[in-house]
Amino acid sequence: MKHEENTESKKNNLEDIISEANVLRWKSGSNFHDDIMDSLYKDASDIAKSVINYTGEKKAFSFDKKVDRILTNKFLGFPVMLLMLMGVFWLTIVGANYPSRFLSYILIDVIHTFLKSAADSVGIPVLISGFLFDGVYLAGAWVVSVMLPPMAIFFPLFTLLEDLGYLPRVAFNLDNYFRKVGAHGKQALTMTMGYGCNAAAVLSARIIDSPRERLIAIITNNFSLCNGRWPTQILISTIFIGALAPTYLASIVSASSVVIVSLLGVFFVFVVSYGLSKTLLKGEPSFFSLELPPYRTPKLLSVLYTSFIDRTLLVLWRAIVFAFPAGAVIWLISNIYIGDKVIAEHMTDFFDPFGLLIGLNGIIIVAYIVAVPANEIVLPTVFMLIVLTSKMTGIGEGSGVLFDMENTASIEELLRAGGWTLLTAVNLMLFSLLHNPCSTTVFNIYKETKSIKWTSVATLLPLFIGIIVCFLVAFIWRLFV
Amino acid sequence: MSTNKCDICPVKNNSNLTKMGLNIGKFDYLVALAGNPNVGKSTVFNALTGLRQHTGNWTGKTVTKAEGAFYYNEKKFKVVDLPGTYSLLSTSKDEEVARDFILFARPDVTVIVIDAAKMERNLNLVLQVLEITEKAVLCVNLIDEAERNGITVNDKLLSEKLGIPVVLTSARKGIGISEIIKFIYEVASGIFVCKPHRDRKEPDEIKEAIDKISSMLKLKFPDLPNIRWVAMRILEGDHKIIEALERNELTA
Repeated sequence: MKHEENTESKKNNLEDIISEANVLRWKSGSNFHDDIMDSLYKDASDIAKSVINYTGEKKAFSFDKKVDRILTNKFLGFPVMLLMLMGVFWLTIVGANYPSRFLSYILIDVIHTFLKSAADSVGIPVLISGFLFDGVYLAGAWVVSVMLPPMAIFFPLFTLLEDLGYLPRVAFNLDNYFRKVGAHGKQALTMTMGYGCNAAAVLSARIIDSPRERLIAIITNNFSLCNGRWPTQILISTIFIGALAPTYLASIVSASSVVIVSLLGVFFVFVVSYGLSKTLLKGEPSFFSLELPPYRTPKLLSVLYTSFIDRTLLVLWRAIVFAFPAGAVIWLISNIYIGDKVIAEHMTDFFDPFGLLIGLNGIIIVAYIVAVPANEIVLPTVFMLIVLTSKMTGIGEGSGVLFDMENTASIEELLRAGGWTLLTAVNLMLFSLLHNPCSTTVFNIYKETKSIKWTSVATLLPLFIGIIVCFLVAFIWRLFV
Repeated sequence: MSTNKCDICPVKNNSNLTKMGLNIGKFDYLVALAGNPNVGKSTVFNALTGLRQHTGNWTGKTVTKAEGAFYYNEKKFKVVDLPGTYSLLSTSKDEEVARDFILFARPDVTVIVIDAAKMERNLNLVLQVLEITEKAVLCVNLIDEAERNGITVNDKLLSEKLGIPVVLTSARKGIGISEIIKFIYEVASGIFVCKPHRDRKEPDEIKEAIDKISSMLKLKFPDLPNIRWVAMRILEGDHKIIEALERNELTA
């Protein structure tokens, strides 16, 4: 009670200060805030001038400027950007092959076989050892052997570009276009961040001041392919698109197809941003100035450390954490019968007509439902379900076994046996770009917007676009092919 | 000419320093890290705490606060890395986070990190921080980069003008980190008494208005550490600050 009285009296005391302030503000008549800031800037500039010495000629950052003239050039900027992207993907595709094979040999051929035989000799019931080792363990092992190598190459390269200072140049090149579509220039930065992780990029949209522009950045962030989706893109393009070209061109062709898909993502960022800023989120773009930082020689060790610990292992850990329960779920739905079919078959049969209509199939749709928590496990789920429903013999060791393919050729064999065509592959790459964000991202969007409405828009809009695009591609494809 | 006289001074040998990483718990002093975006703030943070927060060469890398700790001279320092901002005007969320922390959490020392090559623009933020808090240490970072480009900084004169300790650093190479730690300790424990530069040449009318409100505030809140700054916010009609005053949140 006493405390309340206290604050009450403070409040009264303030009244007269505030009214005095109002009078003074009225009297001075000028723009108070601007005057204060002006004198502060003047002060800062005076101090700066008195303590700084320029030795020799003012060659400050002349090298940086020269490089920037090329990298942010009106005509050269974009081609250079594309070449860099191409280079990164190409190195990833070419480099990931061997370590991937090695890991799968260790984790699956050696360890899995050992676990199974050990389980048999100790006398663990087949039902339990199947659930544990064929479901849970193999799902995890698959994720590690297929995802670790490309990530261990892709992330250091990406971190290298980041530490060099190249990302702000990308933002600089795109800034103008973002403003043209009524969005904030800083969206270029949150978009690039999305190439790492959409969930983190949604948080980074805080750097955008205006709520309208922040919403646009959040909603369109999912069009940036994230960690969880790069492996899908790279793998599918290697198997199907690269295979169309002669061997010596294969890796370049698959790298370009991934670049095309990510560019399509950028295209949708602009189209959707434009649409939103003209309809639901009307308004003028606000001004901002983007600072181009100097180029810094990246420290090799710290690049390796951050890309490996902060990115590769983090993503891998997430994938494994989600892969274990998913592996268990997959094993269960493919071993529990309802009527004459297992649950998984009921599901894929149910989704098949719709899946085929949009150029995919029931298995892919089921995989995307299972993989809502993490995009990383889409492909493992797809492979497992194919083996199961096509009743292939000689591959895999029993129903519900998530196994590994020794190389891309046998993956292709498997997929073709599952009725996959080039259209399925193309549409899977498109659908991987254009579908709902993972559950972590959705959760973050809700945390940031505090609005069920905008969270639903951000979740369902990409999915809707994905279905339309896949349908159109399938429709046109079937007309001509 | 080399300005790193500090490199040969005895504190360089800081065997009494223990980096504590995330092991925070109870602490003796609270240290805030403020600065413009992309000046190597996170690198300084990592150098102080031994943590490996990811540092990226671009604006907006850190939008939330990161925390860590270190031990020096048997005192424990908790370090909070604030989002990088160009000002403390609280026009965006990250600026508000930074301002509110300095204002309400009242750190024992605020380390301001600036880019030696962008002194003029960066000093704007320094002056704004000094309006709010008295206890600060200025870290003029990326000094190697600036020197490579023919820019040298007179740290003694800058320290004199600002009334706070100034250290020239290259956090990436670990240069000057031990001096920052020494000054953090000295400012926190009161060995070094800051006399922050707060005089400005505002237009007379404005100055009178600020003085008037300041003297009224001084009567009611004798303990207020940043009277002039609060007076300016009241004159601007900043509701958040007025409410905070009403709730008695601005005094220690």
